Amino acid sequence: MKKISKTTRSNLITYAMVVAAFVIMQILSVTGHVSNSLAGQLVPICVYICMAVSLNLTVGILGELSLGHAGFMSVGAFTGVVVAMSIQNAAGPVRLVLAIVIGGIMAGIAGVIVGVPVLRLRGDYLAIVTLAFGEIIKNLLNNIYVGVDSHGLHFSMKDTASLNLDNGTILINGPMGAPGIEKLSTFVAGFILVLIVLTVTLNLIRSRSGRAIMAIRDNRIAAESVGINITKYKLMAFVTSAVLAGMSGALYAMNYSSILPKKFDFNTSILVLVFVVLGGMGNIRGSIIAATVLTILPEALRALNDYRMLIYAVVLILVMLVTNNPILKNGWTLVKEKLAFWRKKTPEPAAEGGGVHEQ
Amino acid sequence: MSSKYIEVPSNAMLLERDIDKSPVLETMHLGIDFGGLTAVDEFNLTIGRTEIVGLIGPNGAGKTTVFNLLTKVYQPTRGTILLNGKETSGMNTVQVNKAGIARTFQNIRLFSALTVEDNVKIGLHNSMNAGMFSGILRLPRHWKNERVAHERALELLSIFEMEDLANHQAGSLPYGAQRRLEIVRALATNPSLLLLDEPAAGMNPSETAELMENIRKIRDTFQIAVMLIEHDMNLVMGICEGIAVLNYGKIIAKGTPEEIQNNPQVIEAYLGKQKEDGQ
Amino acid sequence: MNLLLNLINGISLGSVYAIIALGYTMVYGIAKMLNFAHGDVIMVGAYICFCAMSYLNLPPLVGVVLAMIVCTALGMIIERLAYKPLREATSLAVLITAIGVSYFLQNTALLIWKSDPKVFTSVVDGWPGLKLFGGEMTISPVTIVTVLANIVIMVGLTLFTSRTKKGKAMRAVSEDKGAAQLMGINVNSTISLTFAIGSGLAAIAGVLLCSAYPTLMPTTGSMPGIKAFTAAVLGGIGSIPGAMLGGVLLGVIEIFGKAYISTQLSDAIVFAVLIIVLLIKPTGLLGKKISEKV
Repeated sequence: MKKISKTTRSNLITYAMVVAAFVIMQILSVTGHVSNSLAGQLVPICVYICMAVSLNLTVGILGELSLGHAGFMSVGAFTGVVVAMSIQNAAGPVRLVLAIVIGGIMAGIAGVIVGVPVLRLRGDYLAIVTLAFGEIIKNLLNNIYVGVDSHGLHFSMKDTASLNLDNGTILINGPMGAPGIEKLSTFVAGFILVLIVLTVTLNLIRSRSGRAIMAIRDNRIAAESVGINITKYKLMAFVTSAVLAGMSGALYAMNYSSILPKKFDFNTSILVLVFVVLGGMGNIRGSIIAATVLTILPEALRALNDYRMLIYAVVLILVMLVTNNPILKNGWTLVKEKLAFWRKKTPEPAAEGGGVHEQ
Repeated sequence: MSSKYIEVPSNAMLLERDIDKSPVLETMHLGIDFGGLTAVDEFNLTIGRTEIVGLIGPNGAGKTTVFNLLTKVYQPTRGTILLNGKETSGMNTVQVNKAGIARTFQNIRLFSALTVEDNVKIGLHNSMNAGMFSGILRLPRHWKNERVAHERALELLSIFEMEDLANHQAGSLPYGAQRRLEIVRALATNPSLLLLDEPAAGMNPSETAELMENIRKIRDTFQIAVMLIEHDMNLVMGICEGIAVLNYGKIIAKGTPEEIQNNPQVIEAYLGKQKEDGQ
Repeated sequence: MNLLLNLINGISLGSVYAIIALGYTMVYGIAKMLNFAHGDVIMVGAYICFCAMSYLNLPPLVGVVLAMIVCTALGMIIERLAYKPLREATSLAVLITAIGVSYFLQNTALLIWKSDPKVFTSVVDGWPGLKLFGGEMTISPVTIVTVLANIVIMVGLTLFTSRTKKGKAMRAVSEDKGAAQLMGINVNSTISLTFAIGSGLAAIAGVLLCSAYPTLMPTTGSMPGIKAFTAAVLGGIGSIPGAMLGGVLLGVIEIFGKAYISTQLSDAIVFAVLIIVLLIKPTGLLGKKISEKV
């Protein structure tokens, strides 16, 4: 076997972890060990994993704070619903795939529209503008009416009456959202989407383009000085992130019978951002774990009812305080150094790792 | 092109070996104002194809500003820059780099979270051609690019015998190695003019001596021009063939190291103290 | 006539935004952090005043003062417990903590006051309005009080930061924390004071907001908080006159957007204006230009 670099090994572990989790869940559900509430969480978990990984591309890899990621998710969600519901005669999986693909494309277009003007701004200003765009997208979706009849799709920004439907169905009803969605999403579809999002992100990071993106994050001025087109690569990361969020949004929407635009508000953007920060900036595996744990946690605390969000808030604050405590941080570095020291002393774990050698 | 060069007689600083070739860089009446303050003015300089030029002067004289003007971090208020005979007005930093200027920074600017090898590969960015989709889909072009870049990166790192550090994180390197890596990264962009901003800062005498050797080696192997800002007079006098002295944003003297050392104006403005303890 | 009335309403709403924006801008200026919990301090202030007036039957002024005292204390406690330990942490870590605090305040309010909306009695209930043009137009007392409060606060804060020792210390810390410390300024107490003032103002804003729009819920502070934050950025975050200008502009734009363009899309219009302004002036209307040294 050839030499495997540290990052390749780390990526393989990430893939293996996802696959193993999927297999375990499948076995558990076949043998009837999965509770109803957990079964209902499986698709949302996949969605939030995809959302967290895609946001990590913007926040962790590109290094720009985005507070409007849910906006792209909602574009994908509502596009997906329109696509899937207007092609009734195709098979379920085909409709789902089309919904996800076209949802991703539309979110990507939104990403370009947002990104071109916005990415010139820096730091907190960029953050507030992404927040503003998220709110604008939500506000617009609150005022979009879409219906379908034998003549095709009808759009309006006023009300359902102005759609002039000829005995058709209303697909999107302004602030009432999408009322009659067919549940097409499955855990398998979610798992496949996670793998796709993961592959796209990890491959992008470890390529010529990904290096350029990370160069901008680490030092914009130096990146320019070696001839890297800042705007191009910022936009590339931002739009890719938007496409992946749009795809997750479509999967999410197709998991429910109805969905409201206000589901995709600032709080959802923040929720995903919390996954990214707690999982570690730029750490894709961390995002996956954080998204999973933090999606299950509020559900697991359901018994505590009114107190669960309070506990969530306290846990969030405490985690931030503890992980950023300089004393504990130094302590952890010491522990890691000790571990590394012992690992070097005892050669067998490295040998077992499949001939992995570091230069 | 060459007629322009003759029009500025004060630029006659070309080495004999470069005299037949067109200069790599010519600046004419270059200057910049910040608000009402003139930071650099009447900066006229010609650099030969394979020349090593020193830019010296007291702190705050405007040396780094000159670098920032040449690399278009700042847009000049007035004057012309000819790079390989081509005017750079209207170009930005990225275009100037593609046209042939690479630089290092006074306060090191590495991509510190990435590995040493990745830092060099980012320098090789524009010599690669795999697009985003080749990368995501792992098309053959991606693999070919990566292989070539990997070999080239190690080759470049070998100038400073840094191949063994390829997988280390750039930010974790010792100071001197970080400075050397910045030079390697700049070289990776295949420049015709290399700008070094205080390359020996923070180095000990033996490291500095080694650096001098390496700068010469780089010039000889790559056949490029080097312009450096440095306070270490041993280094400047040791390797520079031409020296320009900057004071209050203006060139007060140009010439060979000997000429500069004996120039009364320079001694008065700058070298006076250095000469006693530095010689 | 309608135009004038809309303008006055806009200025009134904008004045509330401006007072909230002051809290954002001062905290950002001094601690370089986006304090997302600020909007929820407004909500707490409104609830305190509501309880004082409705349950304890205290006069409105006492309610307002009580709300200010509680919010000032709350602001200082939040700063001490949640933000101070993160002085050296990344701004994102502080942001997430602020969001945690925001959730905490909202959910605590939910436990105490439940989710059903409370009807807030205006603090100037029963006061006479101002009749203009022979009674053709009435300006409500809340509007007058809000605009006056805004002017008083702005003048007061400007005097405070330019004339008093504490105020100057505040400006010094916001310029350069390290240098201020070397000059013998107690950075920690200055930051604490900033949070205290910002939170006290938030209480006033909460009371005024609920006097004009009387539904009070645990989430009442969120949207005005985000809008006020937008206003602070619009005016140039870190700048006190900027917060005033941004707040009033935003209020006027929102009311005009509702009146003349579309009621449903007024939020989109407000945020679109912010984006356009930032694209033209990347640091806001009165913000300082920042340049990076190479």
